[in-house]
Amino acid sequence: MSYLDKSALRLVGTRPIRPDGVDKVTGRANFGADMTMPGMLWGKIKRSPHAHARIVSINFDKALALPGVKAVVSRADFTDVPPEKAHIGAAPHNLRDLSLNCMAKGKVLYEGHAVAAVAATSPSIAEQALDLIEVAYEVLPHVMDVEAAMAPDAPLLHDTVFTAGVEPKPTKPSNVTKMVRFAKGDVEAGFKAADIVIERRYTTKPVHQAYIEPHACLVSVAADGQCTIFSSSQGQFMVRAYTSRICGADIASIRAIPAEIGGGFGGKTIIYLEPVAYMLSKKSGRPVKIVMSREEVFRATGPTSGAVVEVKLGAKKDGHITAARTVLKYQAGAFPGSPVQQGCICSLAVYDLPNAETIGYDVLCNRAKVAAYRAPGAPIGSFAVESCVDELARELRIDPLKLREINGANEGTKAVHGPTWVNIGYQKTIDAAKASEHLKTPLGPNQGRGIASGYWHNAGGESSAACHVNEDGTVTVTEGHPDIGGSRASMALMVAEVLGVPFESVRPVVGDTTAIGFSASTGGSRVTFAGGMAVTQAAEKAVAELKKRAAVIWDISPEAVEWKDGKAYPAGPNAGSFEPLSLAEIAGKAARTGGPISAEVQINAQGQGPGFTTHICDVEVDRETGSVKILRYTAIQDVGRAIHPSYVEGQMQGGVAQGIGWALNEEYVYDKDGRLENPGFLDYRVPVASDMPMIDTIMIEVPNPRHPFGARGVGEVPIVPPMAAVANAIADATGIRMRDLPMSPPRLLAALDAEQPRLAAE
Amino acid sequence: MSKQHVSTVINGEPMEFLCEAQQTLLDCLRDELHLTGSKEGCGSGDCGACSVILDGKLVCSCLMLGVEAEGHTITTVEGIAEGDKLHPVQQKFLEHAALQCGFCTPGFIVAAKALLDENKNPTEEETRYWLAGNLCRCTGYDKIVRAVLDAAAVMRGENPPSPAT
Repeated sequence: MSYLDKSALRLVGTRPIRPDGVDKVTGRANFGADMTMPGMLWGKIKRSPHAHARIVSINFDKALALPGVKAVVSRADFTDVPPEKAHIGAAPHNLRDLSLNCMAKGKVLYEGHAVAAVAATSPSIAEQALDLIEVAYEVLPHVMDVEAAMAPDAPLLHDTVFTAGVEPKPTKPSNVTKMVRFAKGDVEAGFKAADIVIERRYTTKPVHQAYIEPHACLVSVAADGQCTIFSSSQGQFMVRAYTSRICGADIASIRAIPAEIGGGFGGKTIIYLEPVAYMLSKKSGRPVKIVMSREEVFRATGPTSGAVVEVKLGAKKDGHITAARTVLKYQAGAFPGSPVQQGCICSLAVYDLPNAETIGYDVLCNRAKVAAYRAPGAPIGSFAVESCVDELARELRIDPLKLREINGANEGTKAVHGPTWVNIGYQKTIDAAKASEHLKTPLGPNQGRGIASGYWHNAGGESSAACHVNEDGTVTVTEGHPDIGGSRASMALMVAEVLGVPFESVRPVVGDTTAIGFSASTGGSRVTFAGGMAVTQAAEKAVAELKKRAAVIWDISPEAVEWKDGKAYPAGPNAGSFEPLSLAEIAGKAARTGGPISAEVQINAQGQGPGFTTHICDVEVDRETGSVKILRYTAIQDVGRAIHPSYVEGQMQGGVAQGIGWALNEEYVYDKDGRLENPGFLDYRVPVASDMPMIDTIMIEVPNPRHPFGARGVGEVPIVPPMAAVANAIADATGIRMRDLPMSPPRLLAALDAEQPRLAAE
Repeated sequence: MSKQHVSTVINGEPMEFLCEAQQTLLDCLRDELHLTGSKEGCGSGDCGACSVILDGKLVCSCLMLGVEAEGHTITTVEGIAEGDKLHPVQQKFLEHAALQCGFCTPGFIVAAKALLDENKNPTEEETRYWLAGNLCRCTGYDKIVRAVLDAAAVMRGENPPSPAT
């Protein structure tokens, strides 16, 4: 069935209170660190103080002698994941690398890399035991920055990595793990045909997802190998699969229970702790809880890449872009896998380009292994491209919004990486920007306005859902996606809409790995799309079953029953004259009409729609301090269909805030030995409430017809434009173009002073 | 080393616990008293997820030792509602969708209550600066600030309109 007609909807599109809300505002909700088990031990991890070093020896004697210490682990307790088993199902990560990331083998590759772990009867004993573990290192030269790591004489992280994607195949190992390239048309001819060509270079620093909840898990392995894991993650099936592969256990032996999750943004789509806790539990025979400190989160969990991006644009005087070439160099950290490919693709996807070429390099360096961060790769590439498009607009003296309108993707545009766009809303975001109140508001001195656009492809994939009609007519819906932003409310809305029952009578549950079928992780902006598709289909199957039961009760054919407003009706006067039957009435007779009323669905969702967005940002620059105040921000996004509008707005506002932090203040500061100097929230400066204005959102609905309710992924697109929107606004306010992130006060002040040297203090 | 015995009043109830000298009040609330509503986000007083009210004053419980609680009165997030009657701040957080993952929410609820106990009519700017010690990574603070301003209105006896249904 299709529910694309908004006027026919009763519940979807309204803003009820989320079903898990009361627990969250009263402190009852259980997050990863909130559970205990009888006999529980506390685990702690010993981490490398060096950015690059050989592990010469590890001695546990003194640690084991400390009363209260019950188990220790090191690499010796883990079997390597063989290359042929490095991937599992459709999961994207290399488990051979992930295993080495969870516990170093032979070499440590970044400061904070785990080398050993201990479990003890109290956190303080575990802490003392860490100091008693003696690790001898042979320090090696390290390399941090992406271009330094690409140099032929750079210290090598892995001598087994040869650059993929280049011909002829290299014979020397390299820190460049791969090169990717996408092209369309003839860029050289395009540049020759241009009236103006500009070439610019942009850089970004690594930033962390900075979820407020540190990683935490509680793992219990019984004597027969049966294991229970309670942890916060973006996917309990991922936790189960990855732990099974890294620890050499059968998947069926592990039950992974999803805790409530205190933020992930991609950083919890992998694991760090569960395999270590598993081994400690196995060796000690007791449950083991490990909770990271904030310092550990910063030192040892994936930031996203720092990068260098070069952009060359050619255009006619009338604004039409004739050619674009981008070269992206992204840090991968200690193991391969930066999101450089996404960076290449997404930054150009906003435009209809006749000729384009984009090349990306994935580069190893002695930093923590990069993890996904909200639209991975896209914000970095778009910072560069959207800034360069703004620079082009200024050179051509064409309004930046107009330039995007001229060159923007339309229905039928073929993107540089191949697909042809259908059912997209990009031009509508431009139209809405042009019509916005924001754009009409005048600016004052030292104030400026910046525009930027963005794209994210969103994801589909595997989801399972079950819909159970309970004996009293209430409904339980079980699905498999950890709820990071209010998705349970949307699931209940869709199910209640299909069934025709009140929202409050549907209880949505995120099931553990034994309670529901396999479901891919929460991420890629896929839960409302794929998870929503699954729960909708499960509810429809339940309706079919309810009609069948009504037919049994009435002794007529099931084809003669229709379902309306939560009740079964005879389909017409010929079907017979019967009083309508409610869910409760049919459910009350379930045993007599065939048994329990449940429907279960497993899908691999296809047809996810891409997301496009345009942002408008006003800033005020303080020329005395270089500090930038965000005065006003409007995010305009094609959201498909807003199932629960408050949570869609929330995704837009949250992505904007993260982008603003990335633009203005966030960065990792390393000393000359590759050690992190700011592993805490004081000096790793994320936006606080007083930094931000209200964030206005305009939701444009171009429904995605491949989803029953028209939903499109919305969570990631909003982080893509803010860095360029802010940079463009600063340029508008000061005439100064900042091409290196973050645009923090010392940097902006230096640029302002260079432009206009200060008079000596009076 | 033997543990210290601490007597205190938490959420209106006399409570006692044993702790090591170096355990923070946050550690004691969570691990000794099983009041896990207060969260550790940073352990260094920068994120506010551990916010409690100590003798009427907003503090980070991770910056206090458990033994320092001896003889004092503490309110945690678990003590903000009265039975099943939510405090206006809690109710408005729900209506405004001022939480996404919910991890920072206990700290914000406590901090907002402390604000409104002291200032019945805060401006948007005063609210933002009071809450600057509570980090949220999910919401961008927009709906949080709206919820707190609405709760203030309710507590002044006004009847602010509900967020659009």
